[in-house]
Amino acid sequence: MEILNVSNVNKRFGGLKALDEVNLSVEQGHVHAIIGPNGAGKSTLLNCFVGRLIPDSGSVTFLGKDLIGAKPHEINQIGVSRVFQTPEIFGDLTLLDNIMIPTLAKRDGAFSLNAWARVDGLGEIRDKALHMLEDVGLAEKKGMIADSLSRGDKRRLELAMCLVQDPKLLLLDEPTAGMSRADTNNTIDLLKRIGERGITKIVIEHDMHVVFSLASKISVLAQGTVIAEGKPEDIKGDPRVQEAYLGGAHV
Amino acid sequence: MLTKVTPRSDLLMFVLFTLAILAMPLWLAPIGAGYPDLLQKFAIFGLFALGFNILFGLTGYLSFGHAVFLGVGSYAAVWSFKLLGMNPLPALLFSVVFSALFALAIGFISLRRSGIYFSILTLAFAQMSYNLAYSVLTPITNGETGLRVLQSDPRLLDGSGSDTGPLISRLFGIEMTGYSGFYFCAVLLIVGFYISQRIFRSPFGMMLRAVKSNQNRMSYTGLNTRPYTLAAFVISGVFAGVAGGLLAVTDPLAGAERMQWTASGEVVLMTILGGAGTLLGPILGAGLIKYFENIFSAYNEQTLHAIFSFLPDVIEAPVVSIAGLFVGEGWHLTLGLLFMVVVIFLPGGIMEGLNRISKIFSRSKPKPKFTSSSQSAAAAE
Repeated sequence: MEILNVSNVNKRFGGLKALDEVNLSVEQGHVHAIIGPNGAGKSTLLNCFVGRLIPDSGSVTFLGKDLIGAKPHEINQIGVSRVFQTPEIFGDLTLLDNIMIPTLAKRDGAFSLNAWARVDGLGEIRDKALHMLEDVGLAEKKGMIADSLSRGDKRRLELAMCLVQDPKLLLLDEPTAGMSRADTNNTIDLLKRIGERGITKIVIEHDMHVVFSLASKISVLAQGTVIAEGKPEDIKGDPRVQEAYLGGAHV
Repeated sequence: MLTKVTPRSDLLMFVLFTLAILAMPLWLAPIGAGYPDLLQKFAIFGLFALGFNILFGLTGYLSFGHAVFLGVGSYAAVWSFKLLGMNPLPALLFSVVFSALFALAIGFISLRRSGIYFSILTLAFAQMSYNLAYSVLTPITNGETGLRVLQSDPRLLDGSGSDTGPLISRLFGIEMTGYSGFYFCAVLLIVGFYISQRIFRSPFGMMLRAVKSNQNRMSYTGLNTRPYTLAAFVISGVFAGVAGGLLAVTDPLAGAERMQWTASGEVVLMTILGGAGTLLGPILGAGLIKYFENIFSAYNEQTLHAIFSFLPDVIEAPVVSIAGLFVGEGWHLTLGLLFMVVVIFLPGGIMEGLNRISKIFSRSKPKPKFTSSSQSAAAAE
C-alpha cells in the first residue's frame, strides 16, 4: 500500500531549480532511501513533506491527505515524525522531559491547557518515556540536561522523541552524519530494530554502507530530479548513478 | 544538586511561604519595613512579578509592556468603585476581566513575533495605551488628574450619598487600608503563588519550558506553540491586572503613569534580580526593589551625618557627600549597581546565590542519601 505520494513537485529558489518534477511513491513498511550528491535537493524535498517549505507546484499526499499548506504540527499529528540533520532537541530540559513532551503531544493533541495536573502524577506517560529511553540506551542519563549529551547521544535522543509517538512515517535526514563507525553501526542496529515495528521510513543518507544495510528501495536524486529508482542491488550497478556521483565530484 | 520535587515538598514550600508572608509585619519590622504601606507594595508588586515570571521565566518571551495590564486593572477597579460601590471583590473581578481582554488582544498580535520584535511590539502597545489614557480617552481615564471616586458617583450597591466620609474600599465593613489592606493583598499573593506553583509543576508548564527551549522541535513534535504562548501571556496579564486592581483597592485612584515604560521595566528588573524561571525569585526581587525605593530614598544628608558622625570631620564630609549620591533621589544608582553585580556574578539572580550558599552548607554536612532524581526537577527553586 502506498503511504506517501509525491507527484510533479517543483521548487525554485530564485534562479536555482532545487526540485524539478519530482515523483516519488513510498510503500507502507518499506525503508526508502533517497541518495544523491550534495545539492541534489534531498533536504529540500524532505522539507516539503513536513510543512517547512511549500512547493511551487505539484502535490504531496500522505495516506490520501494533502500535506501542502498544512502546518508542521498538523503533519506530525497525523503521523509523520522527522529527525533533523543537526539534532533538534529541548536542550535545557532533562532527557526524561524531552521524551515526555512528545508522548504528551501524542496523547493530548496540539494544545491542551493541562495546568492543574502534575507532571509527577503522569505515571503512564512517564513509564512509556522511560521505556523508550531504555530502548535507545539512554535510561541511565534520564535526569541529565539534554545539551550535555554527546552528538551521537543527542541523535539517539531525537530518534527516541520521534519513535515514542509511534509515527506511521519517519523521516531521517542523515541519521549517522558525523558519527564514528561504531556509533554508526549502533544506529543501524537501532534503526533495524525499529524496522520490526513496521514504521515506514524515508532515509536521506550519504553513507552507502548505511543505505545498503537498511534500504529496501532507493531513489537517486541529482540536480533536483529523480534519475534512478529501484532495489539496492539494481542501483549499485546503475551507470547513471555512478555518473551522477562522479560528475558531482568534479564540480 | 536538584532535590526531588514531590507533592509533599511542594506543600511544605507552600505552607512555609504562606507563613512567611502572613508574618511579614513581624520579621520585616527590625529592618524598618514593617509598616503597612510598604507591606502592601511588597504583596502587590510580588504578585505582579510572579505573573510576569509565568510568561518570561517559563516561555522566555520578554514583554516590555506589562505595566499596561497593571494600569488597566487599576482603571477597571476604580470604575467598579464608581459604578458598583466600594467593595473590592467586584472591583477585582472587573480588573480580571478587562486585563484578560487587553492581554488577549495585545498578545494575539505581539506573539506573531518573537525575541526583540516581540519586546518592541509589547512596548509599543503599552506606550500607546499610556498616551491614549492621557489624551483621547480622558472621558474614561480622567487624563492627567487621574481617575478617582467621587461622592456623586452612582455606586449602586453602596447607594450614593449614604456615605459622606472619605471614600475607602471596604470588604464587609473592614477598611482596605493599613494592616487589613495588607492582609487582603497578602491573601491574593498567596493564591497567586499557589496558582503559579501548580503551573510550574503541570504538563502545561512543561510545554511552556519547551517553548523557551526549542520552538522548532515543538512544532515538529505536533504541538502548536501559539496557543501555549497566548495562554501564558493572558495568565500573566491577569496577574498584573489583579495587582493593578489591588493598587486601587488600597488607594482608590488610578493614573496613566502606572502604564509608563518605567513601570514595565521595573517588573523586568524585579524578575531578573530575583531569578527568572524560579518560583520565589520574582517575589524576592519585587520586595528588594520596593524596599530600596522606600528605605534608601528616605535617607538624606542629616541621616548620613548621624550615621558617619563617629568619623573625624575631615573624613566625614567627603564620605557623606559620596554616600549621598546613592541615597535619596539617587537610590536608583544603588539599585543599578546591585543589578549589575547580580547580573554579572549571579546570572540566575538572588535565587542562584541562595542555591550556591545552600550547596556549600549541604557539602559540609554528612551527605544524606541522594537517590537520582527521577522527577524532571525543572529549575532549582
